[in-house]
Amino acid sequence: MNRLLPLFGFLLLVTLFGFGIWWNTRHDPNAIPSPLINKPAPAFVLPELYDPAVKVSKADLLGKPYLLNVFASWCIECGVEHPVLQVEGPTLGVQLVGYNYKDAPADAKRWLAEHGNPYHLLLADQSGDTAINFGVYGAPESFLIDAKGVIRYKHIGPLTPGVIRRELKPAIAALSKEAQP
Amino acid sequence: MTPELGQLALILALLLALAQGVLPLIGAWRGNRALMAVARPAAAGQAVFVAMAFGILVWAFLHFDFSVRYVAENSNLELPWYYRIAAVWGAHEGSLLLWILILNVWTVALAAFSTKLPEVFAARVMAVMGLIAVGFLAFTLFTSDPFGRLLPMPGDGADLNPVLQDPGMTFHPPVLYMGYVGFSVAFAFSIAGLLGGEMEQAWVRWARPWTNIAWGFLTAGIVAGSWWAYAELGWGGWWFWDPVENASFMPWLVGLALIHAQAVTEKRGSLRAWTILLSIFAFSLSLLGTFLVRSGVLTSVHAFAADPRRGVFILAFLTIVVGGSLLLYALRAPKVAGGKPFTLLSRETVLLIGNLMFAVASAMVLLGTLFPLIGDAMHLGRISVGPPYFGFLFPLLMLPVVLLLPFGPFLRWGKGEASLLKPVLLRAGIAAAACAIVAVFFVDGKLKAIAGVAALVWLGAGVLLYALKRWREAPRGKRYPAELAGMLLAHLGVGVFVAGVLLTEALGVTSDVRMAPGQTQHIGGYDFRFDGVQRTTGPNWRADQGTITVTRDGHAVALMTPQKRTYPRGQVQTESAVDAGFFRDLYVALGEPMDAGNIEGAWSLRLYYKPFVRWIWGGGLLMMLGGFTCAADKRFRLKRITEGEPVSALHLQETRA
Repeated sequence: MNRLLPLFGFLLLVTLFGFGIWWNTRHDPNAIPSPLINKPAPAFVLPELYDPAVKVSKADLLGKPYLLNVFASWCIECGVEHPVLQVEGPTLGVQLVGYNYKDAPADAKRWLAEHGNPYHLLLADQSGDTAINFGVYGAPESFLIDAKGVIRYKHIGPLTPGVIRRELKPAIAALSKEAQP
Repeated sequence: MTPELGQLALILALLLALAQGVLPLIGAWRGNRALMAVARPAAAGQAVFVAMAFGILVWAFLHFDFSVRYVAENSNLELPWYYRIAAVWGAHEGSLLLWILILNVWTVALAAFSTKLPEVFAARVMAVMGLIAVGFLAFTLFTSDPFGRLLPMPGDGADLNPVLQDPGMTFHPPVLYMGYVGFSVAFAFSIAGLLGGEMEQAWVRWARPWTNIAWGFLTAGIVAGSWWAYAELGWGGWWFWDPVENASFMPWLVGLALIHAQAVTEKRGSLRAWTILLSIFAFSLSLLGTFLVRSGVLTSVHAFAADPRRGVFILAFLTIVVGGSLLLYALRAPKVAGGKPFTLLSRETVLLIGNLMFAVASAMVLLGTLFPLIGDAMHLGRISVGPPYFGFLFPLLMLPVVLLLPFGPFLRWGKGEASLLKPVLLRAGIAAAACAIVAVFFVDGKLKAIAGVAALVWLGAGVLLYALKRWREAPRGKRYPAELAGMLLAHLGVGVFVAGVLLTEALGVTSDVRMAPGQTQHIGGYDFRFDGVQRTTGPNWRADQGTITVTRDGHAVALMTPQKRTYPRGQVQTESAVDAGFFRDLYVALGEPMDAGNIEGAWSLRLYYKPFVRWIWGGGLLMMLGGFTCAADKRFRLKRITEGEPVSALHLQETRA
């Protein structure tokens, strides 16, 4: 019996791996968390969209959690996401920071004027260099960053009311729970 | 046309591997010598065809044959030739081919050096190697063809991941694979032993040098990987407990246990079943590493592009190989605990404790690595346990090893004498305590650093005392046989490694700063002056290159030039600058310009002062050297075995078969 133990242990492992493969085929690969989750957000220094003379760095945003939302005027999916942010943004309880990605500032401003501006603060990354450090695949993407500057949650693709209810809001709730005691 | 020849070569290699895997087994079973004799020529033929396929892929890279999809995806016209060769193993398909090539190198070496083994036993060993090759060749041909065409042929290719465009990356994978694949030899010996049903001490002796060499290569591979991560990833760390790092660390730990268990089994006959189990585990964990890296089951910085079909294939292969061997183990492992008896105070006991610690540590790493997966299975979400878990448990498990290490060599087999241990304990203990007290004044009372000094002296004194004892007691010329010298080297390596880790962690200084040209930062006794950033270009990149002048008390120490490179396909790669030294490294990585439009202005920089960081790799290299030295011992040469040692059981088995 003893000699069968390693075999049983291994079969358990195989079951787990089989499950892993099955899980990955059933779940959107986007759901695989970025390796950046629970790591400090990369340092950045970016100009404010409306006032490029103002430089915003990671350190400036420490102290309060915020949702960094990567968007661009050329991004069709962002147009899908935008109305959701307009409605849900104020109910989130965290700052909404817009991250304008590989976009001409004039286009971005026109786009925001047309569709409305749900953001508390807007950063412009015209070259997209900083976005590489965030591992941005494309717009839209959203990062929930806590008061200490650590990335706690990431979503690739447009935020939908469902995603906000099921994933984002619980993640924000977890942050405020941490902050209280 | 040539790429198709490569594919054809792989198909022929697969057929030969099948012949090598199946016919000698039948031959050994039926006592048919002609069938057993197939093994060696089949192995040689397979090696020729695999080498041909590999050569054709190298050729395709060197000649920019972008009609081959793999070439087009991993190289371009601007990539220098040395990185085009390294690009062969830069992604999944080619690295698999490299794995197979190295498996063939081991098989051919085995075929050449095993001619003195009993025929039946050698046939079974070769057959197991053949069956492993079947699995990998089929995997390549059915799911990961490196010769697939891309039509119409693009004018230029994509790029080799810039992270991989580093000298360290050219030799890290081949060396690492030499280690991984090398464990297949010990595995094949074990399976052949189980099939024959005779667990002789003799086969363990034959397997020992192979295991030592494989483990030495694996050590070198891990050291190279750690050094590469340090130099290239720009985080200045040397180990991250990343799933892929863990995948190489687990077989290393089990291999370490195996080396010691084999010594016990060979010399005393005990722990036979355990030795067999460890050889199965060491190779299984190597296969598991392949699975983890290539199936996409875990996310990692190193992971290859995932494809569920590949995951299923490797899982099936893993199940057959590992499940089959463990079943065989359950059925055929030696029923009686053989070997000579030993008391509580004996070399066997300390080796067993070490073995236990390595095995538990390996299981601990496995659990930590698979935690996100377990989390999914239990609907807890993807939870990574990360460095806090490993960083707490691993040192805890290794503490008894470090404490007991100096005593091991002084203990006799079977029954040790406590009276011999006392002077060791006293001398090494006093030396360690004295040095620790002196160290307090040099390291600002940092506990980790003091522990590092004490550990180094403790382990070093243990090695030295044993070397002295041999010098006094053993006759000239027989004082330090290779096996013993290797052990001493490796144990000294442990001390150097532990000291390196603890001193770096305790005394290292990291500083993220914003610096304008002309500004100076004072770190770890050094002054770092930032002299601004200029543009520069290389063979296939352009870069912003910073200049930092380092001085100490006004004397120039180093001129450092960290870069931020941009490669042709737009990927950005940080190239840190390291000023290496025996006692300290200075390390500078370039962050971002404060003003994106003006690279001549202020930048964010990351400055490190890392004392004794080289000792981490130095210790690893000493361990590697120890493994290689051990393997060179004359005692392991096959000729000697026939002289006195009982191999009768194998002869018996031969006649029975």
